[in-house]
Amino acid sequence: MEEVKEQTGHMPRIGEPAPAFEAVTTHGVLKLEDFKGSWLILFSHPADFTPVCTTEFIAFTEIHPELQKRGVELLGLSVDSVSSHIAWVRNVEEKTGVRIPFPIIADLNKEVSLDYGMIHPGQSKTETVRCVFIIDPNQIIRTILYYPLTTGRNMDEILRIIDALQTTDKNAVATPANWRPGDMVVVPPPNTQEMAEERLKQGYKCTDWYLCKKKL
Amino acid sequence: MACISPDGKPTESGSKMLRALQAGLKSPEEIAKEAGLPLFRVRSGLRELTQAGLASQKGDKYELSPKGGEALGASST
Repeated sequence: MEEVKEQTGHMPRIGEPAPAFEAVTTHGVLKLEDFKGSWLILFSHPADFTPVCTTEFIAFTEIHPELQKRGVELLGLSVDSVSSHIAWVRNVEEKTGVRIPFPIIADLNKEVSLDYGMIHPGQSKTETVRCVFIIDPNQIIRTILYYPLTTGRNMDEILRIIDALQTTDKNAVATPANWRPGDMVVVPPPNTQEMAEERLKQGYKCTDWYLCKKKL
Repeated sequence: MACISPDGKPTESGSKMLRALQAGLKSPEEIAKEAGLPLFRVRSGLRELTQAGLASQKGDKYELSPKGGEALGASST
């Protein structure tokens, strides 16, 4: 049991403060606190110079302008050296014309990987799986996604989650299944019978007292 | 080091930050806006520049040090 814990490290949870770090990256030494005030997507990939990871880095670069519009920074990570990251980023640009604009952590000693539970020994004891940590401007973890080594991430879903989190934070609402910006949002459920009765008179689109939606 | 090259001279982004400080005390947010760099890069870069003695911190703001002014002059020649 102890051996498994040593291999996997800490498993952070949604709602907890993101573990602090100071790490060597392709953009110099960065600390988590450097991102305070911005949303941050910290994501890990198994290794440089691998095919699925390369497609993901190109895809993250494609959504980078949309993320910037939403005040979101990107930070990659793998258990590779900074020289390997630099060589890979240069190779991607040379072969595809895509310039990776965000920093990548060189986590050779696995310090950050273990603090964020990015090593899943059932998948690989030496590489990080495809994790996505969405961290809010107060540095609280708001979403965690794990993908297996063989499945590339869906950028559309990552953008959708950012939109949903920012919408719910701003308007104190929730978002229904498959919600997209512009769709109706869910009004939080009432806590009392009186609130439930009042709700039905408020012009929301209600299926019943506990499921009401409204336009923003 | 992202802001200072191995030969001790400021890099392009380091020079942008130092130039932003030429007009006086500035916050990291003001430097980021003026230098056109992401705020996280500026915060990290300011640590390097202050450690190297090229900038100094006064409260929440930063200013160019005499050594920073010299480095900026040398890098533009």
